[in-house]
Amino acid sequence: MLKTFKESSQVAIAILVLTAPMLSDATVTFDRILNASDEPENWLTYNGGYNSQRFSILDQVDQTNVENLKLQWTLQNQVFGAWQSNPIVADGVMYVTERPNTVIALDAVTGGVFWKYRYDPSPEATVCCGANNRGVAILGDKVFMGTLDARLIAIDRITGVPLWNVEVGDVELAYSVTMAPLVVKNNVVVGVGGGEYGIRGYVAAYDADTGKEVWKTYTIPAPGEANHNSWEGDDWEHGGAPVWITGSYDSELNLTYWGVGNPGPDWNAGQRPGDNLYSDSVLALDADTGKLQWHFQFTPNDAYDYDSVQVPVLADIIFNDQLKKVMMWANRNGYFYVLDRTNGEFLQGKPYVRVNWSSGLDENGRPIPTPQPEGMPTFPGNQGGTNWYPPSFSPRTGLFYFSAWQDYATIYRPVEQEYTPGRAFLGGGFSVLAPAPGAPTIGIGRTSPINNWTNEVGHASLKAMDPQTGEAVWSYDQFDVSDSGMLTTGSDLLFTGGREGYFHAIDARDGELRWKANLGGQIVMAPVTYMVDGVQYISVISGHALFTFSLPH
Amino acid sequence: MNVFTTQRFYIRFKRMLPVLLFSMADPALAQESGDHQYTAEAIQSGYTVYSQQCVLCHGRQGDTVDGIDLKNGSFRGVRSDSDLEAIILNGAAEGRMPAFDLLDSELNSLIAYIRAGFDPDGASVSIGDPVRGKEIFNGKGGCSDCHRVAGYGPRTAPDLSYIGASRTPASLERNIVDPAAALLPINRAVRLVTRYEETVIGRRLNEDTYTVQLVDSNGRLRSFRKSDLVTFEISQQPSKLPTVLPEDEVADLVGYLLTLTGL
Repeated sequence: MLKTFKESSQVAIAILVLTAPMLSDATVTFDRILNASDEPENWLTYNGGYNSQRFSILDQVDQTNVENLKLQWTLQNQVFGAWQSNPIVADGVMYVTERPNTVIALDAVTGGVFWKYRYDPSPEATVCCGANNRGVAILGDKVFMGTLDARLIAIDRITGVPLWNVEVGDVELAYSVTMAPLVVKNNVVVGVGGGEYGIRGYVAAYDADTGKEVWKTYTIPAPGEANHNSWEGDDWEHGGAPVWITGSYDSELNLTYWGVGNPGPDWNAGQRPGDNLYSDSVLALDADTGKLQWHFQFTPNDAYDYDSVQVPVLADIIFNDQLKKVMMWANRNGYFYVLDRTNGEFLQGKPYVRVNWSSGLDENGRPIPTPQPEGMPTFPGNQGGTNWYPPSFSPRTGLFYFSAWQDYATIYRPVEQEYTPGRAFLGGGFSVLAPAPGAPTIGIGRTSPINNWTNEVGHASLKAMDPQTGEAVWSYDQFDVSDSGMLTTGSDLLFTGGREGYFHAIDARDGELRWKANLGGQIVMAPVTYMVDGVQYISVISGHALFTFSLPH
Repeated sequence: MNVFTTQRFYIRFKRMLPVLLFSMADPALAQESGDHQYTAEAIQSGYTVYSQQCVLCHGRQGDTVDGIDLKNGSFRGVRSDSDLEAIILNGAAEGRMPAFDLLDSELNSLIAYIRAGFDPDGASVSIGDPVRGKEIFNGKGGCSDCHRVAGYGPRTAPDLSYIGASRTPASLERNIVDPAAALLPINRAVRLVTRYEETVIGRRLNEDTYTVQLVDSNGRLRSFRKSDLVTFEISQQPSKLPTVLPEDEVADLVGYLLTLTGL
């Protein structure tokens, strides 16, 4: 029997009200982000929570049914290039960025797009390694995006209209923002990229309502400040030390933690004598004032581009029979560290791949340098034993998971270089150790479906580290390298990808492969999970498309 | 059809010939391949510019951005030096290639370095007579026993129809003289046994964590799941030995291979 239009539309509206995500629903408060683990149906910040564990208690998808995962929807990118963005999901709405600086709001259940906001960065924008953007932050009724021309933009998250747009750095001096901002209380905190262009790095906080700068802390101390003497002459003015990956936050200590990138020029350490603080360090900054509370430097006077821009992963664990507030860190320099995050004390550090630039760490965690003779390979190579790819810590297994590059080395050729504002400041060059002269090697990205360089120039090894011992409990190797981040869940599943385009579900306890899908393009972000209307979804970006899976329902 | 092919080959060859003659006449200035001539000095200083500005994305060999092989002259939409210039100065590909603010002298030397195939030393490789080289290739050199060119020959070893467009003279010479040091890992012979007890000898075209694609000894394209393999061996030795040909004949061979630039 036919219903009248009026009747059927009323039914439709009723269903809509019951099931459709409501954009105007609850606002995302700081308290909600602080207690993100209480609402695993959402993914409210870049790393899933302030402790950056990328662990979700959701367990609908489990060890036995994961093989039934079914593709629910796909969002095709409209621009080419590595898609490193990390989605945020709040109350059924996903916010994801695409190159260079576009935000898309979409229905997390169907992939239907609500709005797109496109910002065109200034043509003056200069970035070393692609027009990357790694995502947005969310607070209240706004989303926040950093831009390639070093601006920070607040956007109305219902309408997609920009509300304020402020300068974070000088675009003509090659400052940029590629990271997803971190919201803490009512501040939006970002760091700047430009470590290949002789910037002087910093982390800065902006008022979420107005965009007004609240604090700004340089990663290189000025004359008169502590540790300025780790530089000579005017090297500090263009010494790099960028911050291009989202940090973490401990609300009890009221500290934010930031990984700091390489000193400049990248490969000529002899040109900038001293430890070059706080390059290649982790900084603990007061969340309200930005005041530096402590630092720990992983690679003093770095000659290898070992940015310490890894995500600081925080956990409270029993360590040496004591409950400790620790920070776990698989560094680009090839060592895995456990630090006390209350004071930066070094608790443990061991190499997780072949390391020959250093023969070990002393009792304070300072590396003992063993620079290789000219023309000889340095392990790990320029892209590091790992890099910015977000790791995961599962409180259930007690293990820390990350993508390592194994058997990968670089030959460095340092050259004296004068600093010119806004121009590349690299101090030489490097080549990847290849099995034959002129053989193809690996670089920053992969888009070709053919691997003609083979695993002989390096390959991925997903490592499950026990923070107690500093050693891998198990490893999962891939033929190509991987820049994929990690996600762990309440059912002890580990989701990750790689450059080959496989999306893997692995048993986080023992490294057994449970399921995989060939998505056909490099995965250079970390998967996320969320739940809408009782269905758990898992989203991952491969190549130029975002894929969302769930169990059949 | 054949007529066209012959004609096109002839035209290509004619264009190539002055280059080769020029190369033989003055090896120090042998790097003419675009619409300008480059000095060894410019090529050398281009190396410095390349190392400072380009290597991070394009890699030491110029081939780490997909679809672009700077060393071997394959670019997207670049025909002339001024095209290259425009891309370097203005950027391209929606910002993936940023704009570079270079001095004229830096720009010129960078283009020289790219056009010269990244090879300031390439001038020292002697390049002989391609006609004699072809005879050696098909005759006493034994190359055509394994290699295929322009639709003729076996598929055991890589098809060389485009080899002149993708390798430098130095690389070609090295491959003939010292194959063990020059052979790319992907081209090493593989031997595998499936769980259905089939033994396959072949050459890899591609491999990933779970599968391998190859051309087998019967010239067929085969793809295998590694989980179906009982044995999967990659030979550490190339299947060819260092050549016993005299130097002038190696030079002829290199000369012939450089003419193989595809359709």
